[in-house]
Amino acid sequence: MSNTSPNPPGYQLPEEHYLNATYGLRSWLLTTDHKRIALLYLASVTFFFFVGGIFATMIRIHLLTPAGYLVTPETYNKLFTMHGVAMIFFFLIPSIPAVLGNFLVPMMIGAKDLAFPKINLLSWYIYLVGGGFVLYSFATGGLDTGWTFYTPLSSVYSNSAVTPAVIGIFINGFSSILTGLNFVVTIHTMRAPGMTWFRLPLFVWAQYATSIIFILGTPVIAITLLLAGLERMFHLGFFNPALGGDPILFQHLFWFYSHPAVYIMILPAMGVISEIIPTFARKPIFGYAFIAGSSIAIAVIGFLVWAHHMFLTGESTYAALAFSLLSYLVAIPSAVKVFNWTSTLYKGSIAYDTPMLYALGFIGLFLIGGLTGLFLACLGLDIHIHDTYFVVAHFHYIMVGGAVMGYVGGLHFWWPKITGKLYPEFLARMAAVILFIGFNLTFFPQFILGYLGMPRRYHDYPPEFQVLNVMSSAGASILALGYLLPMLYLTWSMRYGKVAGPNPWPATGLEWRTPSPPPTENFDETPVVDWEPYDYKNRPDLGLATPTAPTLAPAHGDD
Amino acid sequence: MQSQLPFYPEQASNFAPSVDSLMTFLILVSIFFSLAITAAIVIFFFKFHRKSKDEIGVPIHGDMRLESTWIVVPGLLALAMFAWGAVVYVDFRHAPQDTLDIYVIGKQWMWKIQQPNGRREINELHVPVGRDVKLVLASEDVIHDFFVPAFRVKMDVVPGHYNTMWFRPTKAGHYQFFCSQYCGTNHAVMGGWVTAMEPSDYAAWLSGSTGENEDPVTAGEKLFAEKACSTCHLGNGTGRAPSLNGVYGGTVRLADGSNVTADEGYIRESILFSNAKIVAGYQPLMPSFQGQLTEEQIMSLTAYIKSLQSQPVPATGAGVVVPGKK
Repeated sequence: MSNTSPNPPGYQLPEEHYLNATYGLRSWLLTTDHKRIALLYLASVTFFFFVGGIFATMIRIHLLTPAGYLVTPETYNKLFTMHGVAMIFFFLIPSIPAVLGNFLVPMMIGAKDLAFPKINLLSWYIYLVGGGFVLYSFATGGLDTGWTFYTPLSSVYSNSAVTPAVIGIFINGFSSILTGLNFVVTIHTMRAPGMTWFRLPLFVWAQYATSIIFILGTPVIAITLLLAGLERMFHLGFFNPALGGDPILFQHLFWFYSHPAVYIMILPAMGVISEIIPTFARKPIFGYAFIAGSSIAIAVIGFLVWAHHMFLTGESTYAALAFSLLSYLVAIPSAVKVFNWTSTLYKGSIAYDTPMLYALGFIGLFLIGGLTGLFLACLGLDIHIHDTYFVVAHFHYIMVGGAVMGYVGGLHFWWPKITGKLYPEFLARMAAVILFIGFNLTFFPQFILGYLGMPRRYHDYPPEFQVLNVMSSAGASILALGYLLPMLYLTWSMRYGKVAGPNPWPATGLEWRTPSPPPTENFDETPVVDWEPYDYKNRPDLGLATPTAPTLAPAHGDD
Repeated sequence: MQSQLPFYPEQASNFAPSVDSLMTFLILVSIFFSLAITAAIVIFFFKFHRKSKDEIGVPIHGDMRLESTWIVVPGLLALAMFAWGAVVYVDFRHAPQDTLDIYVIGKQWMWKIQQPNGRREINELHVPVGRDVKLVLASEDVIHDFFVPAFRVKMDVVPGHYNTMWFRPTKAGHYQFFCSQYCGTNHAVMGGWVTAMEPSDYAAWLSGSTGENEDPVTAGEKLFAEKACSTCHLGNGTGRAPSLNGVYGGTVRLADGSNVTADEGYIRESILFSNAKIVAGYQPLMPSFQGQLTEEQIMSLTAYIKSLQSQPVPATGAGVVVPGKK
């Protein structure tokens, strides 16, 4: 495969690497190499992204006219439910941890693999089985409960295929738990000599924080959905008031996981951004300890804010006050990250390669997503905007503007490492810009729709909301182009891209000190770390200019 | 304060101006931070772009003064947002005294509404301008949510619970209301119109009722006799169960020593789950009415019990536990 493209002078693909070490379907399906498992996940999460994306496309076409353009109310309800389930449980949650995290965590800490390689493969099979159940639900009656599965609608009243879906999500939970466990053990026990906690790349800190949520949160959602399934199948009264249950109990249990799940989606993306920015500014990240600490703070405080989804369920006023205050508290570490990323640019040597465009786009979109979270955490304002399109816009800014931008940016950033090839730079920059514009056009109008009072999950809406809905649908078509382009040229580049070399940017992490693509065992010999993270000054091996004394004269920052 | 927002629905209740002011405050803070960050990124982007291929940036590892500033300043702003939002919310969750109580029942996929004089409406709600209105919300099946954008109010309608919400319409007009908690197939069309009327028009509209509707208090009184509640809950306090005179709105002392406020939710619970909260000094004798009453019947009984507003009667009845005799 190394002969199909003209190699730039100086770079050759390595003779043997993890992709060509063994051949055949068996060698992939039974692999315990974390890098190959990452690629298995890449294929499967991309499949679910497509499934969820098709549902999203149909939703936006349907909403072109107030009375609904495309489908019946039943079908519309199934579309947004299945869009949410596919995207959240089978794309967003596994995307960065299971694809990029799997590939990178061992390499970044200088290890040969994860601590439990076979369990890592098992996670992927569990994911497939869970995904299979959910696809079975989609294919045999669909699912119309909303991804939130609120009882007693889901446990009693819905006529759709709820049971296989909750079984699928229950099973899939174990995949997350095992991945989290694997990461925590790996990060604790398998760091290379010299790789102290405060030399860890911030991506690893983010994965560590995410893993904590995986391990502590996922069991709760798994059990909660199982209880809803038991109530549906055997009429056991957990949540149905007619059987002596309490529907609000379900919401407490559901959000106890599902709010931290938002941080499962966004924390790894923040980790990606924390890698990209210092690389393309060629300087250490500003406030390393604050960015690392804020990841842990978000993971911990994130467990204490769940009932802010329930301000209007009739929960006690005192509970609402406490949860609102805690929600504001969790906003602070996010703000700290944004300020530190921005400050990292100061006096940098900034290049505008595609990953950097994604990182800057991430900051902008995450800023809007985060700030509008303050609106929803505000008790008085939430009375009006709760359960409207304002919420829909807010969480898409976080999950799509934040998590997906981080994921796609990260894929570009590590693509040369994963495949050994470079993607076409110009096309990639275009796609990043298209994605950014399309995204804003799709979701910004939804903030206004929400404040004007359009409730979410409506297949039919008052005519005065049409203009903004048409804008949103038009934006979605641009957004779709922004996603299709990378899928096409990244696939193309696997065969025809230029050979990247071990460290094309160059970046400072350990994963860049090994050939691209890396050998199966990652490193020929265990690396020893004797430099601080993101240090360009003392790294002659990167082949960059070392600044002369005058440029080091006391800068504004305190070094 | 009149809102200056270009995109807001009509302001037609006491809550609309306060919610819009909050919105304006948060938008201003957001614009400030968005502009500051965007400006910094754009300036750095152009000022510090890479001049030569192998140039590296100036190593700056951090600055404690900056870190503390951007923890403390956003922290204080967040506290201000929290406090202001809390004031509006606490006001919304605590209805004033002497409200006009209207009963609202949500079911897949319609709203059944009953005015104080018994006049019934479906997917329509008439309210007088300038009067504090309290909606008592119940659901017959799944969770719904009653949302009036022009009033800036909404509240979930939860099966097995009573929720209440209040507002004071400030402007006569015709305003759309929605179901805002996803409730199944026809969720999107489970809405209707609120008509806010001048008090005299409202009174005229109410009296235009055809008379076939019994008001909830009368209906509740009949049920109270029919279900044999009246055999124990004697008005003079000598029955086996506590007198219900004046119980609504007051504090009830329970057998376990705690106190509860007797609101709609307490009355509902005491009817359906009669042993959940036993009044101090009484025996748990009352049967459960769970599953035996419709939501409308429960609302009528509640309305009747609320109407018993004479002085509380001391408990002397047959249900009273005499100390020392077990």
